[in-house]
Amino acid sequence: MTTKSVLLVGVGGQGTILASKLLTTGLMQAGYDVKMSEIHGMSQRGGSVSSQVRYGEKVLSPVIEPGGADILVSFEVMEALRWLNYLKPTGKVIVNQYQLPPMPVITGEAVYAADIIEDLRAHADVTVVNAAAIASELGNPKAMNIVLLGAIIKAMQLTDIDWEQLIRETVKPAFVDLNIKAVHRGMEAVE
Amino acid sequence: MKELLMGNEAVAWGALAAGVSVACGYPGTPSTEVLETLAKINPGWVHVEWSVNEKSAAEVAIGAAYTGARALITMKQVGLNVASDPLLCVNYVGVKGGLVIYVADDPGPISSQTEQDTRHFAKYACIPAFDCSSPEEAFHMVQDAFAYSEKYGGPVILRSTTRVCHSCAPVEIPQVSPPSVIPEFEKGSQWVIFPRLSFLNKQKLAAREPEISRDFCQYPFNQRIGEGKIGIACGGISYAYVKEAIEGQEHLFQILKIATPYPFPEDLALSFLTDTEKILVFEELDPLIEDELIYLSGKKGICAHISGKRDHSVAAAGELSAAAIRRTLSAHGICAEVAEPQPAADLPHVPNRPPVLCAGCPHRASFYAVKKACSEQQAIFCGDIGCYTLGNAPPLNMVDTCLCMGGGVTLAQGLFHSKIQDIPFAFIGDSTFFASGINGVINALTNQAQLILIILDNGTTAMTGHQSHPGLGKTISGQTVTPIRIEHILTALGLESVQVVDPLDYPRALAAVKTALQQNGVRAVIFRSPCVALLKDTVPLKVDEPRCIGCNRCIRELGCPALSAHQHKAVIDATLCNGCGLCRHICPQSCIV
Repeated sequence: MTTKSVLLVGVGGQGTILASKLLTTGLMQAGYDVKMSEIHGMSQRGGSVSSQVRYGEKVLSPVIEPGGADILVSFEVMEALRWLNYLKPTGKVIVNQYQLPPMPVITGEAVYAADIIEDLRAHADVTVVNAAAIASELGNPKAMNIVLLGAIIKAMQLTDIDWEQLIRETVKPAFVDLNIKAVHRGMEAVE
Repeated sequence: MKELLMGNEAVAWGALAAGVSVACGYPGTPSTEVLETLAKINPGWVHVEWSVNEKSAAEVAIGAAYTGARALITMKQVGLNVASDPLLCVNYVGVKGGLVIYVADDPGPISSQTEQDTRHFAKYACIPAFDCSSPEEAFHMVQDAFAYSEKYGGPVILRSTTRVCHSCAPVEIPQVSPPSVIPEFEKGSQWVIFPRLSFLNKQKLAAREPEISRDFCQYPFNQRIGEGKIGIACGGISYAYVKEAIEGQEHLFQILKIATPYPFPEDLALSFLTDTEKILVFEELDPLIEDELIYLSGKKGICAHISGKRDHSVAAAGELSAAAIRRTLSAHGICAEVAEPQPAADLPHVPNRPPVLCAGCPHRASFYAVKKACSEQQAIFCGDIGCYTLGNAPPLNMVDTCLCMGGGVTLAQGLFHSKIQDIPFAFIGDSTFFASGINGVINALTNQAQLILIILDNGTTAMTGHQSHPGLGKTISGQTVTPIRIEHILTALGLESVQVVDPLDYPRALAAVKTALQQNGVRAVIFRSPCVALLKDTVPLKVDEPRCIGCNRCIRELGCPALSAHQHKAVIDATLCNGCGLCRHICPQSCIV
């Protein structure tokens, strides 16, 4: 198979790294060669961040190029727009129905565009997931990263991998049930 | 069993497998996870420490290596500047046990002050250097580095870059066993660096350079791959980008992969130079491989056509990518032109999203108190390295200078001695104060500078991911030790005014700065409040909407990511707010509850 590329983008602190790590570990255990790249440090303080997961028979570079992502998963609405040129022409977008205004918007120097999801739809195959609401329903808004992981799993047809087992092995015991529910709700949110 | 390991985790596992006994470092992105991992996987026989700074880390590790024990030092590239004094000297003296200096460079730079290239330092210091291109290689190379260090009796550098440090790949987890060496310090004149000894040892270093170069030509990670007539030279992560860029066209190319940038494997490179018609060099940071090839072709009288950074075929700064390599190849007429996908023209403008101080960050409260106290004074705010550098952003605008670790407190003294009228403030975090701030305070006192020292004490090394430091009474391995109190240090140095205040207690914080403004000499305010990222179960505040008059003062003045305007009224994002309460102090309506 050709290498598949999953680009997870969002705002520092939203949990993109944990979601990518779970995804990559699951893919590795399923026998794929995998590489993942993430960015630590300053941008994790509320900046625009990306995590990149690549899998296939043999993965060369850990980094996804513009036009190279099979799926763009945005944890925040505006970030999907920022990274849209990384999507392949045939790629899919999953966007979390969740807005975090960046500081230039908060201070009034810039505007948060109104109809971003419509704009995205004009250019790509877009699935909107209300991960924030689902996670809140499950009792912890921070679990939205795992809801989105579920959405990726469904969209990339990776439901055969035993994600429940992986969550049990990797997540702190107190969060296992929450995360298992979150991953299933994420899968259900994608057709 | 294979596990998904980050490059830095692979280095830790490799060092453990190599029998490391002592591992020291100072946190710095992208190097931090090596020591954190070692502390976590330590079977009990490795001494792991966060040293107070990189110079101390290097000296501790050197001492260990004098006994025959294997020692590891970790740091980011600018940390190497701090450690350079012992490291430049130790190569003259030599070591008995393997000494590996792990340095993480940061092309971009993504999270650093500079784009400096550690491979240059290796050459300058005559320290052999390895450069890894993947987490798997990092795992093997750190073990090789220990072996070469002992073979040549001197330190060895393992250089990595962000995309290796922070990328993950499957790595076989090794079986580990305790080091078999029995440490012993044999007294002798060789451990005392004197001019005469250095003269003799410099000759030895020069003599061994060609010997190591020949040795490195046999090193398995130095490779010539393919038989095409177009040569591509690369090293580190660029190798992965090159492979990706030429996928499907490999027959055109011959790759020279340099895993040991110093001493340069000349014989291997020589056959590459003579076997190719044209050479492109792809490397991040400085054109080191390129210069070595140009030098070698001159030395051997080979007419080679070498392109890279020197002829602007490759960008001088920033990260490389497979796409950038393809663009260069097409510009040289080697591959078909590839258009980079551009954002569609009809999409709305996407505002920048710069990093910000977290909602509830106590630094915001400290900056705000100083700003308000200085509203009628001319003041200059010297910042330093840490999360609080983000205090430069609007609307706070509270960092006028930032240079290097610990530099703010001394830089402020230069401003004072230049006789400007503005009052110099120096902001420094707790970890940075211990790393290299104390000397600056001593310098200020003894040379009679006047400044207001603001210590932003959030009880952790926050930016790099919450490491311990001497003020906390806890080591990297979780042992409890006596904490060193910053106020005790300052008082012992002779500061007459040292106030300790909770910055979230706004009236007291403001009063403390106003008091300091009335004083002379070096006076300190320690703003002490824990990093908000370490707090659990914080309770968010909310705006009592009917009472909000929409003045937006809280939004305009604080720059808190949890506060934004909705239909002219302030709203608080409950998922972000940590309930610090700073906004309550400035709301004229007292409508934040």
